[in-house]
Amino acid sequence: MAEQAVVVAGPDGDGQLMTINMGPQHPSTHGVLRLIVTLDGEVVVRVVPDIGYLHRNFEKIVEGWAYPGIVPFSDRNDYLAAIANEVAVCLAVEKLTDIEVPPRAVYLRVLFSELQRILSHILFYGTFGMDLGAFSPFMYAFRERELGYTLMEKATGARMLYAYNRLGGLRNDVSEPWLRELEGYLDYLERQAWPEYMGLLIDNQIYRERTIGVGKLTPEQAIAWGASGPVLRATGVPWDVRKSAPYLCYDRLEFDVPVGKNGDTYDSAMVRMLEIKQSARLIRQVLRLLPDGPVLAKVRPTVKPRAGEYYSRVESPRGEVGVYLVSDGSSRPYRLKWRAPSFCHLQLVPAMSEGWKLADLVAAVGSLDVIMGEVDR
Amino acid sequence: MNILLAAILKVVGVYAFVGANAFVLIWLERKVSAYIQRRYGPLRVGGPAGIFQSAADILKLLAKEDFVPGGADRWLWVLAPVVSVLPAVLVYLVLPVGRTFTLQNLNIGLLFFASVTSFTLLGIFMAGWGSNNKYSLLGAMRAGAQLFSYEIPLILSTIGVVLLSGSLQLQTIVSAQTQHGWFVFEQIIGFIVFFVASLAELNRTPFDLSEGESELVAGYFTEYSGMRWAMFAIAEYSNLFTTSALAVALFFGGWHGPWLPGWVWFLLKSYILVFVGMWIRWTLPRVRIDQLMDLGWKFLFPLSVANILGTAFVLMVR
Repeated sequence: MAEQAVVVAGPDGDGQLMTINMGPQHPSTHGVLRLIVTLDGEVVVRVVPDIGYLHRNFEKIVEGWAYPGIVPFSDRNDYLAAIANEVAVCLAVEKLTDIEVPPRAVYLRVLFSELQRILSHILFYGTFGMDLGAFSPFMYAFRERELGYTLMEKATGARMLYAYNRLGGLRNDVSEPWLRELEGYLDYLERQAWPEYMGLLIDNQIYRERTIGVGKLTPEQAIAWGASGPVLRATGVPWDVRKSAPYLCYDRLEFDVPVGKNGDTYDSAMVRMLEIKQSARLIRQVLRLLPDGPVLAKVRPTVKPRAGEYYSRVESPRGEVGVYLVSDGSSRPYRLKWRAPSFCHLQLVPAMSEGWKLADLVAAVGSLDVIMGEVDR
Repeated sequence: MNILLAAILKVVGVYAFVGANAFVLIWLERKVSAYIQRRYGPLRVGGPAGIFQSAADILKLLAKEDFVPGGADRWLWVLAPVVSVLPAVLVYLVLPVGRTFTLQNLNIGLLFFASVTSFTLLGIFMAGWGSNNKYSLLGAMRAGAQLFSYEIPLILSTIGVVLLSGSLQLQTIVSAQTQHGWFVFEQIIGFIVFFVASLAELNRTPFDLSEGESELVAGYFTEYSGMRWAMFAIAEYSNLFTTSALAVALFFGGWHGPWLPGWVWFLLKSYILVFVGMWIRWTLPRVRIDQLMDLGWKFLFPLSVANILGTAFVLMVR
């Protein structure tokens, strides 16, 4: 995106503007985001997000791939919520192929989606603290994240990009001891780590001064820009795909959807912190209700969905991940459109930060929790 | 000849201490941050607890390419680290280390300290301007606003102590406390203002705006590497020590303490304050520039003025 030569008179009216490039290599841009920031002193006059540094041509490449191969590749989109991506693809293909997923696999998909959400939100907590200049919360976040990833590794064999979902279920079952271990992890997380997080950062006065009222969004704005997930819920809109359009077995589980009031960065972080608790609650229910049986349905090696189209959506930690699949009846998709929540959220950056200070821009971008792998695809 | 020899010894001694201090504090900062963040910190370099980590750091920095960025104002850029080390070294002149041990017991010790430390800004500005980098420039501008704003409450907060002891000479201030009791009890407001303002003067979290990593990459020394960067680090750690040492001299009775020799007490107290500074650094998030200015001008400045008036009133009534 070319920088347009527009001279804007700044708030102090002297018209002395400075344009700086934040990124693609910059400590606070969460990957390879480039922000073209026009500053008037400390005040952000204009900010243009520039994307495309992590483009991998996902949507076009998969048009040439057989369906089972798309699932592992989709991991790379939102690499902090790989399970959510896999589930989104699987749901679409399974719907069009009429594959019946065994109930145990459905429950386990919920379990892994929620564990993934916890891990993603923990990382958000760490990086958001770092964006605000507090380095220690990051280390505390990584302590629990490490334990969580070890759990994931024990169950799936991989730490970040699992390739765990198959069309028709999951690759392998989980063991009983693993489930007990997971329960222990949740106990530890809720009783010890979560209050520690709150005390370390969220309840801090400086943190509150830095986030309350900063990067404020109205519900109308958020909806107009296509925001979803915690960013939308922070504005007070109780929209959660798990509740509003239930998939898997979410309609059979009890959980609350935390919403904010002001739509500022404080609320958006707070919504995520509360969602950690809700996800733990969901996992506990799954542990109680988990049925026995196989985890993988019998699926023919060549998956050929019927001709047609289907839009599957799941609630990833960042918002609504949508897969719009158009099939022409062959073993390869005719078209697969990926709806990435981070892409929509990144467009909010100017609305949230123009007219604010440079430090608020960093806080705003941090609170959106964008994943560049998902934005560029 | 003897005077010359003594002067040379003093200069060598101060530089040796500055080096050793940076050596210890870099290691200490790593260990303290590691302790706070539930890590181990350096473990493997040189014996127990990685005590030679700083030596490894300095060797690495020495071996780096001496690099001048294209478009930099060469003279300003090269001189900036030297200029910022200079005030850091000069202030050792007046520190009352022991009962009879001050390098130069100036009558205006406190004033000397305040005026010399304000030179730090010069080095930062030269670095920020000379680097020809927008982040550096922003960092230097922030540092300018910040150091200027916090210089005032920093100096005003010490006036209460001056009123109580009746002297600007640091050695006299300390001896006044041996009879009178530590000033921190009567001057608690003064100490709080002094401590907060000194954190801001030192550019340390929560006031590290001029080098705020998540915003300005590394602020005014973004373009520096190798030994030139190390000089900024040495100056920073030296300032951290000297400011804590000044706080000890003004509020915590300097070398005053039982059993141990005076200089041990002095160093001990100073390093405890240094530790508190590190503790704060690794705990708190960073404030925003306007909040920083508000805190300085709307809170610390009136508070320090009120402290002076209150102290003067009490002295008058007495």
